Amino acid sequence: NSLLLITYKMPLLQPPPAKYGGRHTVTLIPGDGIGPELLNHVREVFRFSCVPVDFEVVHVNSAVETEDDINNAITAIRRNGVALKGNIETKHTMAPSVKSRNNLLRTSLDLYANVMHCQSLPGVQTRHKNIDIMIIRENTEGEYSSLEHESVSGVVESLKIITRNNSLRIADYAFKLAREKGRRRVTAVHKANIMKLGDGLFLQCCREVASGYPDITFDSMIVDNTTMQLVSKPQQFDVMVMPNLYGNVVSNVCAGLVGGPGLVPGANYGHVYAVFETATRNTGKSIANRNIANPTAMLLASCMMLDHLKLYDHASSIRNAILNTMNETRLHTADIGGQGTTSEVVQTIMRFIQSKGQLTSEY
Amino acid sequence: VPVASGTGGMQTVTLIPGDGIGPEISSAVMKIFETAKAPIRWEERNVTAIKGPGGRWMIPPDAKESMDKSKIGLKGPLKTPIAAGHPSMNLLLRKTFDLYANVRPCISIEGYKTPYTDVNLVTIRENTEGEYSGIEHVIVDGVVQSIKLITEDASRRIAEYAFEYARNNQRNSVTAVHKANIMRMSDGLFLRKCREVAENYKDIKFTEMYLDTVCLNMVQDPTQFDVLVMPNLYGDILSDLCAGLIGGLGVTPSGNIGANGVAIFESVHGTAPDIAGLDLANPTALLLSAVMMLRHMGLHDYGNKIQTACFDTIRDKKVLTKDLGGNSKCSEFTADICRRIQDLD
Repeated sequence: NSLLLITYKMPLLQPPPAKYGGRHTVTLIPGDGIGPELLNHVREVFRFSCVPVDFEVVHVNSAVETEDDINNAITAIRRNGVALKGNIETKHTMAPSVKSRNNLLRTSLDLYANVMHCQSLPGVQTRHKNIDIMIIRENTEGEYSSLEHESVSGVVESLKIITRNNSLRIADYAFKLAREKGRRRVTAVHKANIMKLGDGLFLQCCREVASGYPDITFDSMIVDNTTMQLVSKPQQFDVMVMPNLYGNVVSNVCAGLVGGPGLVPGANYGHVYAVFETATRNTGKSIANRNIANPTAMLLASCMMLDHLKLYDHASSIRNAILNTMNETRLHTADIGGQGTTSEVVQTIMRFIQSKGQLTSEY
Repeated sequence: VPVASGTGGMQTVTLIPGDGIGPEISSAVMKIFETAKAPIRWEERNVTAIKGPGGRWMIPPDAKESMDKSKIGLKGPLKTPIAAGHPSMNLLLRKTFDLYANVRPCISIEGYKTPYTDVNLVTIRENTEGEYSGIEHVIVDGVVQSIKLITEDASRRIAEYAFEYARNNQRNSVTAVHKANIMRMSDGLFLRKCREVAENYKDIKFTEMYLDTVCLNMVQDPTQFDVLVMPNLYGDILSDLCAGLIGGLGVTPSGNIGANGVAIFESVHGTAPDIAGLDLANPTALLLSAVMMLRHMGLHDYGNKIQTACFDTIRDKKVLTKDLGGNSKCSEFTADICRRIQDLD
């Protein structure tokens, strides 16, 4: 089963060395909605499996206007180098000057690459089968530059920034990752026929980087056609690289195709820091605290984090347990068509880990 | 509903056959309309760009005159000019007639199987501003800025159209699609206008949803969506995504609503130059757009009759064109639809 051998090694980044006694400290940001309960489950599983990770919990209050909380969180991540987070809600009732905390975190820490691996999971019913797409999304600029102003009353301008540096950087990340994982093709997604300068620059940078990787095929596709192709023949895609907003659209489409937001983990990498979360970053307010959220995505994200910390055995053990539990249809949570509860899924995962004979603590 | 222009109860429609397969699919539509005895008088016009006085590119004056009088247009695919020196014809048409709303009803076609059944939604896209303002600058070497423009007026106008459309077409809800968590001011303004307009349409349910959540849910369960209204770029992406759900651009109708009562309905697929003139083209997209046009004109009975005949032909699977999985000719497909219309009478 090739799924068991997946490790998510970051090509460039050196994780921080283990601290005292071989134990790592990781920043944990519970966030809002389902974040806190899902991260509690992660801690439960880690504690049970004797994973040598200690969590430094930092709360970020989405209801206040000041940026003190998010700055504290950013400092904590700088200190520890690695974080696991839930989504922090962006309240519309607040003034437009109060920016998205999640976005602030990503840009302050220069987490320039958002990586999502979308794979069809056995045991989950979907319309399309055999999907295996890696999405690499530029994570700091583009439409998410947060530069807006009202030039004249009733007329708002929002700036989308594309730079050569960041485009080259993300393209290079994509090709390096493709090569490392033995992938054959990289597709750049864009709208350069309309945004000739902005997306034109992005595409140009991708082409330049591609020329340095002759072993990997490079092509490009316009974003609207891409979404059409994804819902009819997603198997044609291998690795995809794109600017921020299209990345948002494409990752959500792909997550939907393989079974939904509860299944796919995501990672945000920079040269120095790494932050792990669910791929589609949903707050899930309507299902919070009802024991119905799917813990899979967050648990798989924590496994990606363990790989990043080079704790490969723990990552594999937990991942195997998750994937095996996925085969039990009666345990499926509501988002994938079942009636199971979050805690049932987590208990089953822990039982599986225990059954493999590894060292576990009481639960 | 525009005032009928023309005599004897016939309404005039400006027909722009377009390039490539345009002329043959237009003929197919005209033949079907004739069989259905639809009260439409076609006025064919060409829209190759010409340079007017003052050096500005414009559509030919006889085309403009025809559209201004008839108010209703049906258009086939237009070739995209490369190095022709003039902007795309679609852009020119949009600017000339202030076509501010792009409307695409996406309904699953029984008989044309896709992984998604029971799709029944409408995307309404603001078509004049947003990310497609075309304003871009190189700030310094290696740094490009593209400007997305959102205005109060355009947002209000598209929201009003969306709610009117919902009311006139017996739709239950309108959902505004946005990313106001990231684009706080621009999408925030768009959202505010939608909320304001919603106040005047209490009979229609109004909801808001993030673009990513819409994408996520759309590919899992499209039946939860009804009418979607959104700014330009999201509309571009979502309308194509929805077209993909029902089978692609070859079967998707589209309408563009302009100021002053002008409406141009069109097929949104390409000109398919490789099969042009070979009687192989699929006229479904243009035909369904023409049906949309009939409904817009209040001629619902004719619209329903033609749509039923078209869907029955597809469901029957006996004379499908190549793109639908068969190997019949365009003329055979058209003839089958005509036969069914006659049977329905």
